[in-house]
Parts: sequence; C-alpha cells; structure tokens
Amino acid sequence: MTTVPEDGLAAMGPEAAGTDGPRPVLSVRNLVKHFPVHSGEVIRRRVGDIHAVCGVSFDLFQGETLGLVGESGSGKSTIARCVLRLHEPTAGSVRFGDIDLLAQNRKQMRRLRRELQIVFQDPYASLDPRMTVDDIVGEPFRIHGLKDNVEAETRELLRLVGLNPEHGNRYPHEFSGGQRQRIGIARALALEPKVIVLDEPVSALDVSIQAGVVNLLEDLQERLGVAYLFVAHDLSVVRHICDRVAVMYLGRIMETGTRDDIYKRPSHPYTQALLSAVPLPDPVAERGRVRIVLKGDPPSTVAPPSGCRFRTRCWKAQDICAEEEPALVDRGQGHPSACHFAEVEEVV
Amino acid sequence: MSRSHVAEGLLPAEGDVPGSGDQPVLVVENLSVSFATPDGRVQAVRDVSFSVDGEEVLGIVGESGSGKSVTMMAVMGLLPKTATVTGSVRFRGQEILGLPEKELRRHRGNHVAMVFQDPLTSLNPVFTIGNQIAEAIRVHHDVSRREAMAKAVTLLELVGIANAGQRAHEYPHQFSGGMRQRAMIAMSISNDPDLLIADEPTTALDVTIQAQILEVLERAQAAVHSAIVLITHDLGVVAGMADRVLVMYAGRAVELGAVDDVFLHPRHPYTLGLLESLPRLDDDGQERLTPITGSPPSLLHPPAGCTFHPRCRFVRPMCGEVVPELRFVGGLGQRSACHYAEELQAVDQGRG
Repeated sequence: MTTVPEDGLAAMGPEAAGTDGPRPVLSVRNLVKHFPVHSGEVIRRRVGDIHAVCGVSFDLFQGETLGLVGESGSGKSTIARCVLRLHEPTAGSVRFGDIDLLAQNRKQMRRLRRELQIVFQDPYASLDPRMTVDDIVGEPFRIHGLKDNVEAETRELLRLVGLNPEHGNRYPHEFSGGQRQRIGIARALALEPKVIVLDEPVSALDVSIQAGVVNLLEDLQERLGVAYLFVAHDLSVVRHICDRVAVMYLGRIMETGTRDDIYKRPSHPYTQALLSAVPLPDPVAERGRVRIVLKGDPPSTVAPPSGCRFRTRCWKAQDICAEEEPALVDRGQGHPSACHFAEVEEVV
Repeated sequence: MSRSHVAEGLLPAEGDVPGSGDQPVLVVENLSVSFATPDGRVQAVRDVSFSVDGEEVLGIVGESGSGKSVTMMAVMGLLPKTATVTGSVRFRGQEILGLPEKELRRHRGNHVAMVFQDPLTSLNPVFTIGNQIAEAIRVHHDVSRREAMAKAVTLLELVGIANAGQRAHEYPHQFSGGMRQRAMIAMSISNDPDLLIADEPTTALDVTIQAQILEVLERAQAAVHSAIVLITHDLGVVAGMADRVLVMYAGRAVELGAVDDVFLHPRHPYTLGLLESLPRLDDDGQERLTPITGSPPSLLHPPAGCTFHPRCRFVRPMCGEVVPELRFVGGLGQRSACHYAEELQAVDQGRG
C-alpha cells in the first residue's frame, strides 16, 4: 500500500489550514515505512513487509508538545526515527521549516541534526559507558566543530538539567536512571535544537524519579521554546505534558486533537478503549468505572485488515468498516477521527 | 545457606483486620533476606511482616529495589543459595523456611503457584502449551495423560483462549504475549492453589491487553477460590484489583492497610510522595507534579533510622536515629512505619 488518502492535514495543527497562520517547525506528510520480512536462514527471500507506518501526516509547531501515543506495533517509535532519518522512510515527506529532510545528503543531514535531536528511552543503553559525563555532553560541540568554551558550556548544561557540574568527570554508571536521563537531555540540548524527539523518555524510570524528569522537560520548553515530539505509551504522562495528541494504531493515526479533545471528548472507539483500560490510582474511582475490554490481540502488521484497521477488535464494526478505510476527518465531534461511526463519549 | 527460624506456632496467627475470623493462608514474620556480594552484604528485605487471608487480594507495591519480588521469592522458596533468609514464613500454619527441596516442591505445586512478568521465559519453548499444563497436573495428581490434557484444555477455555482444543497443541512462540500470560495463569491454577503469587503479571503487556489479563486473573481466582498476592509498581493496578496493599521501600514495609485507607489517607510520607508524583489520567494536567527528592538508598549501606528519612519532607532528628515500627495508626488495621504518621492527617484535607 503506497497510496494513502491525504487526510487530516487541515486539522492537525491549530492553524495549519490557513496559509497565514504560524508555520510548523516540523511537517510530516503521508509518511510510509515498510520493513522487509525475510524467510529462511540460508536462502533469504523477501516474503512480505511489516507495514510499520502507513501514511501518517502531522505538524509540530514551535514551543509545543505533540504526543504520539499507541501500543506496541502502532508505529510511533518508527515515526520518531524516520523524522531524524535514523530510518529511511519508504515514502512521504518530512519538512523542517522550508527544508525537505528526505532530499538531504549525509553531510547536510548531519548539519541539520543540530536542530533536530532525540532522547531515547533507555538511559543505560544510550550513553557510552567509557565516556565521562563531560565528554558525553560536550561531544555534540566537538562533532559540529564548535570548540570554543566547551567546558563552560557543558557545566552550564549540566546545571540546566539539575545535575551538579562538579560531577562531570564521572562515568554514567555512577548515576541513577533519572540522572542518566538528565544527561541524555543535556546532550540533546547542547546545540540548542528547535525540535527534540523524545522516545519514551520516562518509561524506564520509577514514578518518584519520573516526575522530576517530566517537570524538567516542561521547564526547559518554557525557557528555550523548543518543540517536543513526545512518543509514549503512558497515557497519563501524555495528558500531563502534551498540548496536542495523535492516537496511533497499526501504523495509522486513529484520532487527533488537543489534549482536551482526546481526553475529554474521545470519539474513536480505539481511543475510548485505550483510555478506559488505564487503571486509576484511586480505588473508589476504579470501582465506579465501566471498562471497555477489547477482544483479542492487535492484528499482524504484515497483513493489516482491510478497511479500518481497528475493525477486528471493534464493537461498532459494520460491513462498511471492512470495505472502506475511514478518513481522518471531523464528523461533527470537533476534531479529526478515523471512524465511520465516530461519536464523543466520555470515558475518563 | 544459613536459615534460622523464630519459634513457630507458639502464638495463634493473627489477621491484620481485627474481627476477620478466617485463618490466614500465609503469615510472614520478621522476614529478612540478604545477599553476599563482592562489595558487601546487600540487605534486600528487612524485618517484613504481613499476612494474607483466604481469597483476599494483597497488593505489594514499591519501586525497583524495594524488595517486593525478593519477599515473594522467599515465600516460594525460590531464592538462590547465596541468599541468607531469616524470620518465618508459615503457610497454613506450616513453616516453609528451611524445608528440604523435595517438600518445598510439593508445597509449591499443591498450595502456591506463581505467575511471572515474562511468560516467554517461564514456558518451555520445546513443549506444546497443552503438554506443559498437563505435565504440571500430572506431577501433583495421579491422572492419565488423556485426563490431564482434557483438564488443560478446560483451563485454557477458562482463561479465554479461543479454540482451546486446537491451540493446546501449539508452542509458546505461536502465542502472543497476552495469550502466553493467559496460558501461564491457566497453568498456575491447574492444581487449585490456595495462594497465587503474580509478580508484575501485566508489566510487559500493552494497556488494552493488561485489562484483559486482569479480568482473567479475577476469573481464575473465582474459579479456584485462592488468595492472590499481586506484586506491581503500578498503583492503578493495585487500586483496581487489591483488597489490601503493602507498600515497600528499600527493603522495608512502610505502610499496610485496606486500599481505600492507604490510597485516600496515606499515613506514610513515601506513600503520599508516590501518589503525588504520579500524573493521573483523570487529571487535567495543569498542575505540576511533585517528585520525591533524591534517589532510593543503596541497599549495601542503607541509612540509619528510617530508610526514607533522607528523602522525606517531614524529616526530624529522631528519624535518622530510630527505626520506626510498622504500627497501627487508626483506621481498620492501617499501619505505618513513620514516627509522625498521625501528622499526615493534616495532609488529607489538602488532597482533592
């Protein structure tokens, strides 16, 4: 599947429809990413494709946080990597301001990575254990040939993310998970990027530590005006930190809107099921909740269902859902939803 | 392995909730577990006491390194030989600590069963799902292969696996993560255990699958009338599933009580801190989160006095000197290991 409907563009950004509104810093259109599936050990044959991302469009504006939420296999992390060209997209376009990122060569791309940074989930795997913290945080300056005053800059960055600059000569293993994630954030901030992709930045942290990192991200955004593309599966964290949210399922955006659109007025059955499945840390509220429990597992991304991808688990599914893929449009609920039978229902 | 026991059976086992007539299934008293490491002795669990009544769900919550899993490994007798275990673990009145391996095995199969976080590593990849469950049944019951297999299929049906008769002949890798966890639950209840220990049973799963598995766990419990100890770091899962909750921090039990009491009126600063640091799905997201300052202590050199005092915002001089006991602090059986637990009443009003 390479042709996908051009849908949901108008409503993805607050003013994306009008040409005179604010211009997005990052603009993704009809992004497609397939990974080949091979058979056999000796004679490898391509037997199919994993359809990780299937025509996804969104805009990210300066100083805002857009959340990409979904379960495993929804394609959210693949998008994060495609945006930085850590994966090469199969089709579609990724624009950074006026620049077409997919048309850049390696050298040009490397320069552009000053503006586009990423923080990974696992603070244990993403920091080189043989480098001191000063070296890790200072490396971006060296890579980009900005050698003046690296030491002072590094100390300032460590202070900015709430670490003691005196500890810069230590190695990552001497720090806790939360502190390591702060080191990763300091490294991402070094070159004052316009966009930071945060790929599950707090998922590996204990809750008491997670809160500090979430607060840090919010403070940094306020001070530096950086835009976040926040990829996460934890819907509570996303509600807390994101301005706008896109809910993904099997490589497609199912529903998108402002935080309140998604959490207060969800209209796609998948969004409703997802929200109702999250247990609340409140026994009284939990007892009073009606839970939508979906049947079965998500289908294979190698052969996604025809029509609406969610129909195999959907309680509203009709014949039309198998025949026609619902467009991501507003059907009267106030924000785009990719369901033929979209209807607002409060579930939180 | 050195194991010592406190005098057993001298006192009648007491339940935590006064007036509940049931004899507890499990009584853990003054349990301590430590491991010798090249750097010194790691005190993973220190002086933990609690009990589990028949058919109740006890949630054990805590962050990494709190000792919640090690506590239940000790109850199962699954700790490695490098572990030093002291205290007492009584199962229906019988002391478990120090039992020879052969008797431990009988205990594990007949009375206690465990569901782990990662079903792929706890299922044998070279046997079919049905075979593994049937095997578990045959180890403890004198039944034919055919009968055991028939029961295995019934169990798979109970946990909601469609076409159970056919799928019983498939291998673990042919099952999805959620299906494997269902199969594990089917296996765990195959010998009608009195106690089911579920260690982070849904942590590796997506949230919509988690909802399914928690439902299955409740159904399984209803079918065999067992008690459940649910170990998790997810306060939401405990709030929805558990009757009572035990909060652990750095190897110690810091709060114990009915879920409503502990969640709505926490009496330990750590419990309060956990609840405040958590972003909530039903919260507008406007308010700033309140992290707990600092990080958990090293278990090699835990702080003197209350283990939480270096991070506690209510800390006073006594906290660094005297280890607080897990004592009753009002409510129905609510207990807290904080010298100043009563003062947390004032915080109740401030919380929505």
